[in-house]
Amino acid sequence: MTDILTIARQFIQALPYSRALGMELTELGPGRATITMPWDARLVGDPATGVLHGGAISALMDTASGASVMSHPAAPTSTATLDLRIDYMRPATPGQSITARAECHHVTRSVAFVRVTACDDDTARPVAMGTGAFTLERAKGATP
Amino acid sequence: MKRPEPVQVVKSRRDSALAALVAAVPYIQFLGIRFDRRGDELTAWLPYSEMLIGNPTLPALHGGVTASFLEVTALIGLAWSSLWDDLEAGRIDPAGVAAGQVPPLPKTIDFTVDYLRAGLPRDCYARATVNRSGRRFASVQVEAWQDNRARPFALGSVHCLMPERAGDGAA
Repeated sequence: MTDILTIARQFIQALPYSRALGMELTELGPGRATITMPWDARLVGDPATGVLHGGAISALMDTASGASVMSHPAAPTSTATLDLRIDYMRPATPGQSITARAECHHVTRSVAFVRVTACDDDTARPVAMGTGAFTLERAKGATP
Repeated sequence: MKRPEPVQVVKSRRDSALAALVAAVPYIQFLGIRFDRRGDELTAWLPYSEMLIGNPTLPALHGGVTASFLEVTALIGLAWSSLWDDLEAGRIDPAGVAAGQVPPLPKTIDFTVDYLRAGLPRDCYARATVNRSGRRFASVQVEAWQDNRARPFALGSVHCLMPERAGDGAA
Protein backbone atom coordinates (compact mmCIF):
# COMPACT_ATOMS: atom_id res chain seq x y z
CA MET A 1 0.00 0.00 0.00
CA THR A 2 2.90 2.32 0.82
CA ASP A 3 4.22 1.79 -2.70
CA ILE A 4 0.91 2.70 -4.28
CA LEU A 5 0.75 5.84 -2.14
CA THR A 6 4.28 6.79 -3.18
CA ILE A 7 3.50 6.25 -6.87
CA ALA A 8 0.24 8.21 -6.57
CA ARG A 9 2.06 11.02 -4.75
CA GLN A 10 4.61 11.23 -7.52
CA PHE A 11 1.78 11.19 -10.07
CA ILE A 12 0.10 14.22 -8.44
CA GLN A 13 3.50 15.95 -8.16
CA ALA A 14 3.99 15.43 -11.89
CA LEU A 15 0.91 17.52 -12.72
CA PRO A 16 2.32 21.04 -13.19
CA TYR A 17 -0.70 22.94 -11.86
CA SER A 18 -1.13 20.65 -8.84
CA ARG A 19 2.55 21.16 -8.06
CA ALA A 20 2.20 24.95 -8.50
CA LEU A 21 -0.57 24.91 -5.89
CA GLY A 22 1.51 22.78 -3.51
CA MET A 23 -0.95 19.87 -3.47
CA GLU A 24 0.07 16.77 -1.57
CA LEU A 25 -1.67 13.41 -1.58
CA THR A 26 -1.96 12.18 2.00
CA GLU A 27 -4.29 9.18 1.77
CA LEU A 28 -5.36 6.76 -0.91
CA GLY A 29 -7.83 3.88 -0.71
CA PRO A 30 -10.11 2.00 -3.08
CA GLY A 31 -12.08 4.83 -4.76
CA ARG A 32 -10.91 7.31 -2.13
CA ALA A 33 -8.28 10.06 -2.14
CA THR A 34 -7.29 12.85 0.24
CA ILE A 35 -5.21 15.80 -0.96
CA THR A 36 -3.98 18.79 1.05
CA MET A 37 -3.08 22.26 -0.22
CA PRO A 38 -1.28 24.80 2.00
CA TRP A 39 -2.54 28.34 2.42
CA ASP A 40 -0.54 30.63 0.11
CA ALA A 41 -0.75 34.43 -0.23
CA ARG A 42 -0.67 34.08 -4.04
CA LEU A 43 -3.92 32.06 -4.01
CA VAL A 44 -5.91 34.64 -2.08
CA GLY A 45 -9.17 35.92 -3.58
CA ASP A 46 -9.87 38.70 -1.11
CA PRO A 47 -6.73 40.49 0.13
CA ALA A 48 -8.74 42.37 2.79
CA THR A 49 -9.38 39.09 4.62
CA GLY A 50 -6.74 36.70 3.21
CA VAL A 51 -9.42 34.18 2.23
CA LEU A 52 -8.36 31.76 -0.54
CA HIS A 53 -9.99 32.17 -3.95
CA GLY A 54 -12.75 29.67 -4.72
CA GLY A 55 -10.93 28.76 -7.93
CA ALA A 56 -7.93 27.39 -6.02
CA ILE A 57 -10.26 25.27 -3.87
CA SER A 58 -12.07 24.06 -7.01
CA ALA A 59 -8.71 23.02 -8.47
CA LEU A 60 -7.92 21.04 -5.30
CA MET A 61 -11.36 19.37 -5.29
CA ASP A 62 -11.08 18.50 -8.99
CA THR A 63 -7.66 16.91 -8.43
CA ALA A 64 -8.81 14.88 -5.41
CA SER A 65 -11.90 13.74 -7.35
CA GLY A 66 -9.81 12.60 -10.32
CA ALA A 67 -7.45 10.73 -7.96
CA SER A 68 -10.40 8.93 -6.31
CA VAL A 69 -11.56 7.75 -9.76
CA MET A 70 -8.06 6.51 -10.66
CA SER A 71 -7.85 4.57 -7.39
CA HIS A 72 -11.21 2.85 -7.92
CA PRO A 73 -11.02 -0.97 -8.07
CA ALA A 74 -12.32 -0.80 -11.68
CA ALA A 75 -8.70 0.23 -12.42
CA PRO A 76 -9.29 2.91 -15.05
CA THR A 77 -6.41 3.78 -17.36
CA SER A 78 -7.36 7.47 -17.42
CA THR A 79 -10.11 9.88 -16.45
CA ALA A 80 -11.31 13.40 -17.26
CA THR A 81 -13.85 15.67 -15.58
CA LEU A 82 -17.22 15.79 -17.34
CA ASP A 83 -18.83 18.15 -14.86
CA LEU A 84 -18.28 19.37 -11.35
CA ARG A 85 -20.63 21.30 -9.09
CA ILE A 86 -19.28 22.92 -5.96
CA ASP A 87 -21.22 24.55 -3.11
CA TYR A 88 -19.20 27.06 -1.10
CA MET A 89 -20.56 26.98 2.42
CA ARG A 90 -18.18 29.38 4.13
CA PRO A 91 -14.89 31.22 3.53
CA ALA A 92 -11.75 29.15 4.25
CA THR A 93 -9.94 30.37 7.37
CA PRO A 94 -6.86 32.39 6.31
CA GLY A 95 -3.54 30.72 7.10
CA GLN A 96 -4.96 27.19 7.31
CA SER A 97 -4.34 24.49 4.72
CA ILE A 98 -7.29 22.95 2.87
CA THR A 99 -7.88 19.22 2.69
CA ALA A 100 -10.14 17.69 0.05
CA ARG A 101 -11.51 14.18 0.60
CA ALA A 102 -13.02 12.58 -2.48
CA GLU A 103 -14.97 9.38 -2.83
CA CYS A 104 -15.75 7.71 -6.13
CA HIS A 105 -18.98 6.06 -4.97
CA HIS A 106 -20.22 4.55 -8.22
CA VAL A 107 -18.89 3.64 -11.63
CA THR A 108 -20.53 2.46 -14.82
CA ARG A 109 -18.77 1.10 -17.90
CA SER A 110 -17.64 4.60 -18.90
CA VAL A 111 -18.64 7.07 -16.17
CA ALA A 112 -17.51 7.58 -12.57
CA PHE A 113 -19.51 9.50 -9.94
CA VAL A 114 -17.72 11.37 -7.18
CA ARG A 115 -18.53 13.19 -3.94
CA VAL A 116 -15.90 15.55 -2.53
CA THR A 117 -15.61 17.67 0.62
CA ALA A 118 -13.08 20.43 1.38
CA CYS A 119 -12.23 21.37 4.97
CA ASP A 120 -9.80 23.60 6.83
CA ASP A 121 -8.76 22.87 10.44
CA ASP A 122 -12.40 22.88 11.56
CA THR A 123 -13.36 19.54 10.03
CA ALA A 124 -16.87 19.65 11.50
CA ARG A 125 -17.83 22.53 9.18
CA PRO A 126 -16.78 21.91 5.56
CA VAL A 127 -15.68 24.90 3.48
CA ALA A 128 -17.08 23.41 0.27
CA MET A 129 -18.78 20.28 -1.02
CA GLY A 130 -18.97 19.03 -4.55
CA THR A 131 -20.33 16.33 -6.81
CA GLY A 132 -18.86 15.39 -10.13
CA ALA A 133 -19.14 13.04 -13.08
CA PHE A 134 -15.92 11.81 -14.66
CA THR A 135 -15.11 9.82 -17.77
CA LEU A 136 -13.68 6.37 -17.10
CA GLU A 137 -11.33 4.82 -19.63
CA ARG A 138 -10.82 1.10 -19.13
CA ALA A 139 -7.96 -0.99 -20.40
CA LYS A 140 -8.81 -2.66 -23.72
CA GLY A 141 -10.24 -6.13 -23.18
CA ALA A 142 -10.99 -5.49 -19.50
CA THR A 143 -14.29 -6.96 -18.33
CA PRO A 144 -16.60 -4.25 -16.99
CA MET B 1 -25.99 71.62 -23.12
CA LYS B 2 -22.86 70.12 -21.57
CA ARG B 3 -20.10 69.15 -23.97
CA PRO B 4 -19.30 65.44 -23.85
CA GLU B 5 -16.02 64.55 -22.15
CA PRO B 6 -13.01 63.89 -24.39
CA VAL B 7 -12.81 60.20 -25.28
CA GLN B 8 -9.37 59.78 -23.67
CA VAL B 9 -10.74 60.95 -20.31
CA VAL B 10 -13.64 58.49 -20.49
CA LYS B 11 -11.40 55.59 -21.58
CA SER B 12 -8.77 56.29 -18.96
CA ARG B 13 -11.39 56.43 -16.18
CA ARG B 14 -12.89 53.08 -17.25
CA ASP B 15 -9.55 51.37 -17.86
CA SER B 16 -8.13 52.49 -14.50
CA ALA B 17 -11.23 51.25 -12.68
CA LEU B 18 -11.03 47.84 -14.40
CA ALA B 19 -7.29 47.58 -13.75
CA ALA B 20 -7.80 48.36 -10.05
CA LEU B 21 -10.61 45.76 -9.78
CA VAL B 22 -8.43 43.04 -11.32
CA ALA B 23 -5.21 44.03 -9.50
CA ALA B 24 -6.97 43.62 -6.14
CA VAL B 25 -7.15 39.80 -6.50
CA PRO B 26 -3.82 37.96 -5.98
CA TYR B 27 -5.14 34.69 -7.50
CA ILE B 28 -5.89 36.47 -10.81
CA GLN B 29 -2.23 37.57 -10.96
CA PHE B 30 -1.09 34.04 -10.03
CA LEU B 31 -2.95 32.56 -13.01
CA GLY B 32 -1.97 35.49 -15.27
CA ILE B 33 -5.52 36.33 -16.38
CA ARG B 34 -5.98 39.65 -18.18
CA PHE B 35 -9.10 41.50 -19.31
CA ASP B 36 -9.74 43.16 -22.62
CA ARG B 37 -12.43 45.87 -22.56
CA ARG B 38 -14.56 47.13 -25.44
CA GLY B 39 -17.12 49.56 -24.04
CA ASP B 40 -18.69 47.69 -21.14
CA GLU B 41 -17.93 44.27 -22.66
CA LEU B 42 -15.10 42.27 -21.12
CA THR B 43 -13.17 39.36 -22.57
CA ALA B 44 -10.97 37.45 -20.16
CA TRP B 45 -7.70 36.18 -21.58
CA LEU B 46 -5.54 33.46 -20.05
CA PRO B 47 -2.17 33.33 -21.83
CA TYR B 48 -0.79 29.79 -21.93
CA SER B 49 1.99 28.82 -19.58
CA GLU B 50 3.42 25.40 -18.71
CA MET B 51 2.26 25.75 -15.10
CA LEU B 52 -1.38 25.44 -16.25
CA ILE B 53 -1.05 21.83 -17.44
CA GLY B 54 -2.90 19.07 -15.56
CA ASN B 55 -2.32 16.13 -17.87
CA PRO B 56 1.27 16.14 -19.14
CA THR B 57 0.78 13.12 -21.46
CA LEU B 58 -1.96 14.62 -23.68
CA PRO B 59 -1.06 17.45 -22.80
CA ALA B 60 -4.18 19.22 -21.49
CA LEU B 61 -4.91 22.13 -19.17
CA HIS B 62 -5.67 21.25 -15.54
CA GLY B 63 -9.42 21.04 -14.89
CA GLY B 64 -8.84 23.31 -11.92
CA VAL B 65 -7.32 25.95 -14.21
CA THR B 66 -10.41 25.84 -16.41
CA ALA B 67 -12.69 26.05 -13.35
CA SER B 68 -10.67 28.93 -11.89
CA PHE B 69 -10.65 30.81 -15.20
CA LEU B 70 -14.45 30.50 -15.50
CA GLU B 71 -15.04 31.53 -11.89
CA VAL B 72 -12.71 34.54 -12.11
CA THR B 73 -14.36 35.65 -15.37
CA ALA B 74 -17.83 35.34 -13.82
CA LEU B 75 -16.96 37.26 -10.62
CA ILE B 76 -15.05 40.04 -12.38
CA GLY B 77 -17.77 40.25 -15.05
CA LEU B 78 -20.44 40.64 -12.38
CA ALA B 79 -18.43 43.11 -10.26
CA TRP B 80 -17.54 45.09 -13.38
CA SER B 81 -21.16 45.43 -14.50
CA SER B 82 -22.16 47.00 -11.17
CA LEU B 83 -18.98 49.09 -10.96
CA TRP B 84 -19.66 50.33 -14.51
CA ASP B 85 -23.17 51.44 -13.54
CA ASP B 86 -21.87 53.25 -10.44
CA LEU B 87 -19.07 54.95 -12.39
CA GLU B 88 -21.27 56.07 -15.25
CA ALA B 89 -23.94 57.38 -12.87
CA GLY B 90 -21.29 59.23 -10.83
CA ARG B 91 -22.22 57.32 -7.65
CA ILE B 92 -18.62 56.34 -6.99
CA ASP B 93 -15.39 58.37 -7.02
CA PRO B 94 -13.29 57.28 -10.04
CA ALA B 95 -10.05 58.55 -8.47
CA GLY B 96 -10.66 56.46 -5.35
CA VAL B 97 -11.39 53.36 -7.43
CA ALA B 98 -8.24 53.89 -9.52
CA ALA B 99 -6.26 54.22 -6.27
CA GLY B 100 -7.46 50.76 -5.23
CA GLN B 101 -10.62 51.52 -3.23
CA VAL B 102 -12.62 48.94 -5.17
CA PRO B 103 -15.95 47.59 -3.98
CA PRO B 104 -15.76 44.05 -2.50
CA LEU B 105 -16.25 41.22 -5.00
CA PRO B 106 -19.43 39.14 -4.97
CA LYS B 107 -19.09 35.78 -3.17
CA THR B 108 -19.61 32.47 -4.92
CA ILE B 109 -22.52 30.45 -3.50
CA ASP B 110 -22.22 27.58 -5.95
CA PHE B 111 -20.45 26.92 -9.17
CA THR B 112 -21.02 24.33 -11.91
CA VAL B 113 -18.51 23.57 -14.64
CA ASP B 114 -19.30 21.65 -17.78
CA TYR B 115 -16.14 20.34 -19.42
CA LEU B 116 -16.95 20.00 -23.12
CA ARG B 117 -13.52 19.08 -24.42
CA ALA B 118 -9.94 18.99 -23.20
CA GLY B 119 -8.25 22.36 -22.81
CA LEU B 120 -5.37 22.50 -25.29
CA PRO B 121 -1.97 23.92 -24.34
CA ARG B 122 -2.69 27.36 -25.73
CA ASP B 123 -4.39 30.66 -24.78
CA CYS B 124 -7.99 30.67 -23.45
CA TYR B 125 -10.65 33.33 -23.69
CA ALA B 126 -13.93 33.71 -21.79
CA ARG B 127 -16.93 35.94 -21.52
CA ALA B 128 -19.52 36.15 -18.77
CA THR B 129 -23.22 36.93 -19.15
CA VAL B 130 -25.03 38.30 -16.13
CA ASN B 131 -28.49 36.72 -16.42
CA ARG B 132 -29.81 38.23 -13.24
CA SER B 133 -28.26 40.66 -10.82
CA GLY B 134 -30.47 41.52 -7.88
CA ARG B 135 -29.74 43.36 -4.65
CA ARG B 136 -28.65 40.15 -2.86
CA PHE B 137 -28.25 37.39 -5.44
CA ALA B 138 -26.94 37.09 -8.97
CA SER B 139 -26.80 34.37 -11.61
CA VAL B 140 -23.97 34.43 -14.14
CA GLN B 141 -23.14 32.19 -17.07
CA VAL B 142 -19.69 31.99 -18.53
CA GLU B 143 -18.28 30.45 -21.68
CA ALA B 144 -14.62 29.72 -22.44
CA TRP B 145 -13.04 28.97 -25.80
CA GLN B 146 -9.62 28.65 -27.34
CA ASP B 147 -9.00 28.94 -31.09
CA ASN B 148 -12.59 28.96 -32.18
CA ARG B 149 -15.27 31.16 -30.61
CA ALA B 150 -18.05 28.86 -31.85
CA ARG B 151 -16.47 25.80 -30.16
CA PRO B 152 -16.40 26.49 -26.41
CA PHE B 153 -14.33 24.02 -24.36
CA ALA B 154 -15.99 24.75 -21.03
CA LEU B 155 -19.16 26.34 -19.69
CA GLY B 156 -19.82 27.60 -16.21
CA SER B 157 -22.80 28.68 -14.18
CA VAL B 158 -22.26 30.67 -10.99
CA HIS B 159 -24.65 31.87 -8.29
CA CYS B 160 -23.33 34.75 -6.23
CA LEU B 161 -24.08 36.66 -3.08
CA MET B 162 -23.79 40.37 -3.81
CA PRO B 163 -21.72 42.57 -1.48
CA GLU B 164 -23.71 44.97 0.66
CA ARG B 165 -23.85 48.33 -1.04
CA ALA B 166 -23.58 51.72 0.60
CA GLY B 167 -27.05 52.97 1.40
CA ASP B 168 -28.53 49.51 1.88
CA GLY B 169 -30.76 49.52 4.94
CA ALA B 170 -30.42 46.84 7.62
CA ALA B 171 -33.96 45.70 6.81
